[in-house]
Amino acid sequence: MLAYIIRRVLYAVPILIGVNLITFALFFVVNKPDDMARMQLGQKHVQQEDIDKWKQARGYDKPLFYNKEATEGHVFTDTVFFTKSVSLFMLDFGNADDGRNITRDISQRMWPSLAIAVPVFIVSLLLNITFALIIAFFRASYVDYMGVVICVILMSVSSLFYIIGGQFLISKLLHLVPISGYSADIDTATKFLILPIIIGIIGGIGAGTRWYRTIFLEEINKDYVRTARAKGLSERLVLFKHVLKNALVPILTGVVAVIPLLFMGSLILESFFGIPGLGSYTIDAIRSQDFAIVRAMVFLGSLLYIIGLILTDISYTIVDPRIRLGGRQ
Amino acid sequence: MSTLKPNLFLFGIILILVVLVSTVEETWQIKFVPLWTDILIYVLMVAVLLFGIQARHKEHLRAPWRHVVQRPLAMSALVVLAFYVVVGLMDSIHFRQMLEKQPGQTETQYSGEVVSLFDVLVTPIRVQHEKSYSAPFAAFLYSKETIETAEGQVRDYPRLLYGGRHLKNPAEDRIPNLVMGIFLSFVFTVLIFLVVSAALILLVARRHKASFADTMTAISTGNTRIPFRAMLMTFGVICFFVVVGIMLADKYHLLGTDKVGNDVLYLSLKSIRTGLVIGTLTTLIMLPFAILLGIMAGHYRGWIDDVIQYIYTTLNSIPGVLLIAAAILSLQVYMAINPQMFDTVTERADLRLLFLCLILGITSWTGLCRLLRAETFKISQLDYIDAATAFGTGHFKTMIRHILPNVMHIVLIAVVLDFSGLVLAEAVLSYVGVGVDPTTISWGNMINSARMEMAREPVVWWSLTAAFLFMFTLVLAANLFSDAVRDAFDPRITRSK
Repeated sequence: MLAYIIRRVLYAVPILIGVNLITFALFFVVNKPDDMARMQLGQKHVQQEDIDKWKQARGYDKPLFYNKEATEGHVFTDTVFFTKSVSLFMLDFGNADDGRNITRDISQRMWPSLAIAVPVFIVSLLLNITFALIIAFFRASYVDYMGVVICVILMSVSSLFYIIGGQFLISKLLHLVPISGYSADIDTATKFLILPIIIGIIGGIGAGTRWYRTIFLEEINKDYVRTARAKGLSERLVLFKHVLKNALVPILTGVVAVIPLLFMGSLILESFFGIPGLGSYTIDAIRSQDFAIVRAMVFLGSLLYIIGLILTDISYTIVDPRIRLGGRQ
Repeated sequence: MSTLKPNLFLFGIILILVVLVSTVEETWQIKFVPLWTDILIYVLMVAVLLFGIQARHKEHLRAPWRHVVQRPLAMSALVVLAFYVVVGLMDSIHFRQMLEKQPGQTETQYSGEVVSLFDVLVTPIRVQHEKSYSAPFAAFLYSKETIETAEGQVRDYPRLLYGGRHLKNPAEDRIPNLVMGIFLSFVFTVLIFLVVSAALILLVARRHKASFADTMTAISTGNTRIPFRAMLMTFGVICFFVVVGIMLADKYHLLGTDKVGNDVLYLSLKSIRTGLVIGTLTTLIMLPFAILLGIMAGHYRGWIDDVIQYIYTTLNSIPGVLLIAAAILSLQVYMAINPQMFDTVTERADLRLLFLCLILGITSWTGLCRLLRAETFKISQLDYIDAATAFGTGHFKTMIRHILPNVMHIVLIAVVLDFSGLVLAEAVLSYVGVGVDPTTISWGNMINSARMEMAREPVVWWSLTAAFLFMFTLVLAANLFSDAVRDAFDPRITRSK
């Protein structure tokens, strides 16, 4: 088992290197650091000195890939690519344009993001599975048909409208909770967090329920279910005991992959509700064109995604003993 | 001879097109400005048409479609989609109009403004700008202003420049005038509906060699194989809205005006093209990669499979929004540094739209690629592939002739399922600031510029409502239709017959 995990982790390294290459190409090769500096400092009337100063402050003043002037042995290491890549892999993201340390910002802003993402994740998982089970129980009936149509209707509404509508109805008309804001104090934080959490759940119900419904229906058509029915088990027992248990394999593996990404927060929820999490951090960075932060978030997101992949593989082997640890032979 | 024929055919079509274009340009005094997305949209249209003509003669392709056309919900959705597509296609013919010749001027000059055929058709709502917010059907502005009158300055709601301009006394005349207009529209709709229904009944009756009365009863009781009744009802509803638009849109702002006085109905209608372009061209761009790489990975296996898997795992591991954001930010810098590359604002916005499709495609092809790889894996173990190999068929030919046709259903399902998600994604991306160009009219930009309006006192609700309704209708119709297509084409779903 340990050997398997180590192999999976090693397999992730080339992927991270690939991600690093892509982001580097996007941020430094397509646009030279000079262009970025000019963009940041304003288009016209920029002196070359200002540009140099801007580049030096961010460590962009070296050659991109190959340093001719460096001493022996440092021709590749004394470059923007090498220094920036190494610091990314050490999770040292450097400073943002306003001089704040990105790594510290991320470790602080992680918690508000989790305060929304975790409750949304758990509650919607339970709700969606429950709804899907009910629909699957009444499959090929009027309930099933209506359930699917309602899911499709819920799916067709843009998430922006759930947020705008929710804020308007609950906060503006009914004055139940404040429109936006955040507080680190637990008692007052609930009042700020409850609406984004509810909207996050409602926004995902349509797609989620439909997804789990297909999983259940696929499972229901399998042979062992027919056997269970043939031996005289009630439909309820078949569904809740046999089908649910077996459907947990695809459900669990799908769920595990998402867990690490919860750290990234929700982009638009946080931005609309003014919650100082990583999602709004990213949006602010995109809007102010802060390349350092966007690059850091891209790398962080990929890292978490790959961790999710590894966790998925491991959880597969745990819940389904038929899957061999060795992978492909 | 056989290679010559298609060449001649192609040459003939191009010749006809050239003649047609120059005649049209001469007659209407315009100069066509084909945008990249326009060309691609029409290429896509032609491809779909050719595919449809081919599929008519193949029973295994017709059978699943027969299931689709029997579902009332799906066919009603198709009518709605057709309406959107017609608007989108009309909005995809761009040209510049000739300016009036000044005396003594010999050279013809064209206006700097690029307009579309649709723009010309809806000229009243395009050019009738108000000063600021006005409510739907209003004759007055939404906020008070200081007005100069004979008795001095008064603070009141000023009359609109265009909305309700024909009314002498708006306070009393407006409601009766509106009721009259809507009633007339209803009458016209009924007339059009009757004519169209009669034409349809005639067609169906002739096709099935049945009498007119029998066909009419069958359709009106819903007893036809294709759900004509549901389709006609949907058509009637759409028709009513269109007629109301034609009758009243030049006299009132049916959906109000936004902050800078643009007609919201015009903005909503123009957004249709943006939505359709993103929903369809993204898939068009990503399809070749997904199909080629997916089938290659599944067919060759070994190191080719490893490399392709590595590529899509890497691309997939970057969170989509962030990759798009990174790419768009880079593009923005590039465009800011090289402004000389673009003649008009429209062309620059169009290139950004195309680039957005491209980058959206890069983030979304991996799912399809993985599905195709798995399916090819399964298929290439079947005997007929071995037989093909034994006959000496090359790898490439095997993949194109023997594997591709058998995975096409997966491609089709992916294409129709992706569409609605992409339309929704445009709104979110535009909100984040990495969507279409700010000058491009889109639902995302409408929402983005109107998001503070709900917090205003009094509430300005119409921009958001209009964007919501237009977007929701398109996405819902697309979802309902794609559901039916998936049910019909996915062999895993057992149909209850």
